[in-house]
Amino acid sequence: MHTLLGIDYSTWWFLIFGAVISGYAILDGFDLGAGSLHLFLRKEESRRIAMNAIGPIWDGNEVWLVIGGGALFAGFPVAYAAIFSAFYVPFMIFLVGLIFRAVSIEFRSKEPWVWWRKGWDIVYCVASIVISLSLGLMLGNVVEGVPLNADREFSGDLLTFFNPFAIMVSVTTLALFMMHGAIFLTMKTENRLFVKLHVLANNFIIFFVVSFVITTLYTLLYIPHLSDFFKSNPGYFIIPLLMTLSIANIPRQVKIGKYRFAFISSAITIALLLIMVAIEVFPFLLYSPQHPANSITVYNAASSAKTMHILFWMALLGTPLVGIYTSFVFWTFKGKVRLDEMSY
Amino acid sequence: MNVEILARVQFAFTIGFHYIYPPLSIGLGLMLVIMEGLFLRTGNRIYEMAVRFWIRIFALIFGIGVATGIIMEFEFGTNWATYSKYVGDIFGSALAAEGIFAFALESGFLGILIFGWNRVSRGVHFFSTIMVFLGSCFSAVWIVVANSWQQTPAGFHIVGEGMNARAEITDFWAMVFNPSSVDRLLHVWVGALLAGGFMVLSVNAWYLIHKKHVEIARPCFKIALVVVTVFSLVQLFLGDRSAEVVAHYQPAKLAAMEGHFDSSARADMFVFGYVDRKDERTSGLKIPGGLSFLTHHDFNAPVTGLRAFRPEDRPSQVNTIFQLYHLMVACGCAMIFLALLGCWLWWRKKLFQYRWLLWVYALSVLLPQLANQAGWFTAEMGRQPWVVYGLLRTSDALSRVVTANQIIFSLILFTIVYIVLFVLFLFMLNRKIQHGPVDYGTKEAIEDGARRDNPILEHQG
Ligand code: HDD
Ligand code: HEM
Ligand code: HEM
Repeated sequence: MHTLLGIDYSTWWFLIFGAVISGYAILDGFDLGAGSLHLFLRKEESRRIAMNAIGPIWDGNEVWLVIGGGALFAGFPVAYAAIFSAFYVPFMIFLVGLIFRAVSIEFRSKEPWVWWRKGWDIVYCVASIVISLSLGLMLGNVVEGVPLNADREFSGDLLTFFNPFAIMVSVTTLALFMMHGAIFLTMKTENRLFVKLHVLANNFIIFFVVSFVITTLYTLLYIPHLSDFFKSNPGYFIIPLLMTLSIANIPRQVKIGKYRFAFISSAITIALLLIMVAIEVFPFLLYSPQHPANSITVYNAASSAKTMHILFWMALLGTPLVGIYTSFVFWTFKGKVRLDEMSY
Repeated sequence: MNVEILARVQFAFTIGFHYIYPPLSIGLGLMLVIMEGLFLRTGNRIYEMAVRFWIRIFALIFGIGVATGIIMEFEFGTNWATYSKYVGDIFGSALAAEGIFAFALESGFLGILIFGWNRVSRGVHFFSTIMVFLGSCFSAVWIVVANSWQQTPAGFHIVGEGMNARAEITDFWAMVFNPSSVDRLLHVWVGALLAGGFMVLSVNAWYLIHKKHVEIARPCFKIALVVVTVFSLVQLFLGDRSAEVVAHYQPAKLAAMEGHFDSSARADMFVFGYVDRKDERTSGLKIPGGLSFLTHHDFNAPVTGLRAFRPEDRPSQVNTIFQLYHLMVACGCAMIFLALLGCWLWWRKKLFQYRWLLWVYALSVLLPQLANQAGWFTAEMGRQPWVVYGLLRTSDALSRVVTANQIIFSLILFTIVYIVLFVLFLFMLNRKIQHGPVDYGTKEAIEDGARRDNPILEHQG
C-alpha cells in the first residue's frame, strides 16, 4: 500500500475530505444560520442588511459543498454511490432547499413590492432551516450507521432516518448554525440591528448548548459504540476537552463584545465537532450496525492508488489557490455592511 | 413505469434545464469582458452603462445555473449508483477538478463582479470579470472531458467482474485527451459563446425596435454582431470536426444521425427527412454522396449503416436523433445567414432600417439555445444503449436500491420546482430588460435607487 509520512493514501483522502466538509460547515454554516434567523429580523432595512452581509460570499461558500461532493465521488466512489442512493429522499429535499434558497436571495431585492419581498423572506428562511435540518439528519445517520446488505447497499427505508439520535443531531446542527450566523451578523451590523443581533446571539448560544448536552448524554447512554474509541484511547480526550473550552469561550467573548473572537471560537467548535465525528467513525464511511462486515470503509470504498495520487496533487495545487481568492474576496467585503445601488 | 426510463427522463430533464443557463453564463461572460474592456480603453460611459446592465442579467442567470448545477453533481450518486461505482475512479477526479479549479474561481470572483463596482479599482474589477469568465470556461472543460470519456473511453483498464467491475485510470492524460475531448470541448465552448452573443444581439434589437436606449443599443448590437459572425462560422468548421470524430469512433451514432441503414459507398446526406424505423428507410431531400464526403472528404467512400450492428447495440430512437441533429445543423446555418446578412447591411449602412429584420434578430436568441439542446440530445441519445460506450449499458448503470416511486416523487418535485423557477426567471428577465440600462449618478438613477431601498414608498404611491 502506498503511504506518505506513514499514512496511507486512503486515510489521507479521508482527512482531506473531512477538512473540506469542515470548511463547508464553517463557511456555509454562518450563511445558513443567518438565513435561518432571517424572520427574527422585522424591519425591511434590517433584512436587507442581513442579506447583503452574506451577499457576495454565500455562493463561494457553497462551492465547498460541490468540492466535497467531488472529493467523495473521486476518492470513495462506492461510498458516494451508496450514501446518495440510500439517502435519496432526504437528499432530494436538501437539494430543493438549496434551489429555493439560491433563488430567493437572487430574486428578493429585484422587485419593490412588499408582498414579493415578504414572500421571498419566508422562502429564504424556511429553505435555510430545511437545509440545516436535513444536513444534520444525514450527518446523524452517517455517524450512527444505517443498515447495509451484503452488496454494501442500503436495506432500510425512509423511516430508518428518523430515529431519535439523528433528530437530535439535526436540531443541534440548526442551533449551531443559528448561533454561528448570529455572531457573524453582529460583526457586520451597527446600531439598533446590532443590539438586536447581540440578544439573538445569546439566545442561540443557549439553544445550542442545551441541545448539544442532550445529544451528548443520549449518545453516551444509548450508542456506546461511538464512544468506544475514546474509552480505549484516553489520550484523545483532549479533543472533547478542547471543544468544551471553545464552546464556553463563545458566550464569554460575546459578553465582552469581542465578536470576532466569538466567531473564531464557534468556527473552531464546528471543526472540533467534525473532528470528533471523524475519529468516532474512522475507518468507516458508512457503518452498518447490524452487520458490521457489510460496512463501507475508507479501504473498501477507495479509488485506485493512481487516482488517489492524482487527487492528492490536485488538492495540493488547488487548495492554496482557493485560499488566496477566498481571502481576497472576504477582505474586499470586510467591515460593516454598506448598501449601495448594486446591493440586493 | 420502469426505473430505467424514469431515471433517464429525470436526468434528461434536469440536465436539459441546467443547460439553458451555463451557455449563457459563459457567453455573457465574454460579452462582459469585451464591454468592460472597451469601457476601460475608451472611458465611454455608454459602455459602463451597458456592462452594469448586463452584470445584473448575468447575476440572475448565474444564480439559476448554480442552483440547478448542484442537483446534477449529486444525481449520479442518487440515480446512477452502479454507474458511479464503475466510473468513479475516472469521472470523480474530473468532477473534483472542476470544483476546485473552476467553480471556486468563478464563484469567488463573482462576488466582486456583482457587488464590487464601487469597492475595488477598475482594474481589479476588470480582472474579476475575466476570472469569472475563465472560471466558467474551465468548468466546461472538466465536465465535457468526463462526458467525452463516456463517449470514447481511453487511458483506463477494467478491474473486477460483473457487478463489481470498474474502470481504473492507467494514464491520466490519455483519459483527459481521449479521442473526442478536444473537438467536443471546442464545439461546446463556441456553442456557449453563440448563446451569449445572440442574447446581447437580441435584447439590443428589441431596444432598437422600441426606440429605447438607442445610443447604447446601436454600438452594443454591432459588437454582438461581430462576435456571432466570427463564432457562427467557426462553429460550422468545429461541427464538421465533431462529425468526423463520431464517424470514426461511434459509427452507430453517425448512422442514426443520418438515418443510414445499409452500409454503402456514396452514402447520402439529408437536408431534412423522416426515418421510418419499422421499414428501416429514410426519405427526404438528400444530397447524394454527401455523408461520404462529409465524413471522409470523398463522395465515394463507404459509410457503415445501422444494419451492421446487432439490434441490441443500436440506438433505438433513430428518428428523434435524426431530427434533433438536423435541427442543430439548421439552426447553425440560420445563425450564419443572419450574421452575414447583418454584416452586409452594416457595410451598406442599412443595418437598422428594417423593423421586421430587427424582430428576427430579437427572436434569434432561441437559435443557439435550440442548437445547444438538440446537440446534447443527439450526442447522448446517439450513445445509447451504452452509458459508457461499448462498456457499460444504461440498463446496468442504475441505483439498485432506488425504487420507481422514489424517482417519481423526485421527478414530480423537480418538475414543479423547475416550472416555477422558469416562469420566475422569464418574468424577472423581462422586467430587467424592460427596465434597461441606468445612467448611474443621474437624478433618475438616484430616484430609482431610493425606490428600491424603500419599497413601502412604491407600495403607497
Ligand atoms: C458547457 C458547460 C457545462 C456543462 C456541460 C455542465 N455545466 Fe454545470 N455549470 C457550468 C457549466 C456546465 C457553469 C457555466 O460553470 C455553471 C452555470 C452557471 C454557473 O453558475 O456555473 C455551472 C454550474 C454548476 C454547478 C454549481 C457550481 C457552483 O456552485 O458555482 C454544479 C455543481 C454543476 N454545474 C455541475 C454540473 C454537472 C454534474 C454537469 C453534468 C452532468 C454539468 N454541470 C453540466
Ligand atoms: C449539458 C449537457 C448535457 C446534456 C444536455 C445531456 C443530455 C442528456 C440526455 C438527453 C440524456 C438522456 C438520454 C436518453 O435517455 O436517451 C442523458 C443521459 C445521460 N447523460 Fe447526459 N447530457 C449532458 C451532459 C452530460 C455529462 C457532462 C455527463 C457525464 C459526464 C452526462 C452523463 C449522462 C448519463 C450518466 C446519462 C444517463 C444514462 C443515459 O440515459 O444515457 N451527461 N444526457
Ligand atoms: C453547423 C453545423 C454543425 C454541425 C455539423 C454540428 C455537428 C455536431 C455533431 C456531429 C455533434 C455530435 C457530437 C458527439 O456526439 O460527440 C454535435 C453535438 C453538439 N452540438 Fe453541434 N454541430 C453544428 C452546429 C452547432 C451549433 C450552431 C451549436 C450551438 C450553438 C451546436 C451545439 C452542439 C452541442 C452543445 C453538442 C453536444 C456536445 C457535443 O457532443 O459536442 N452545434 N454537433
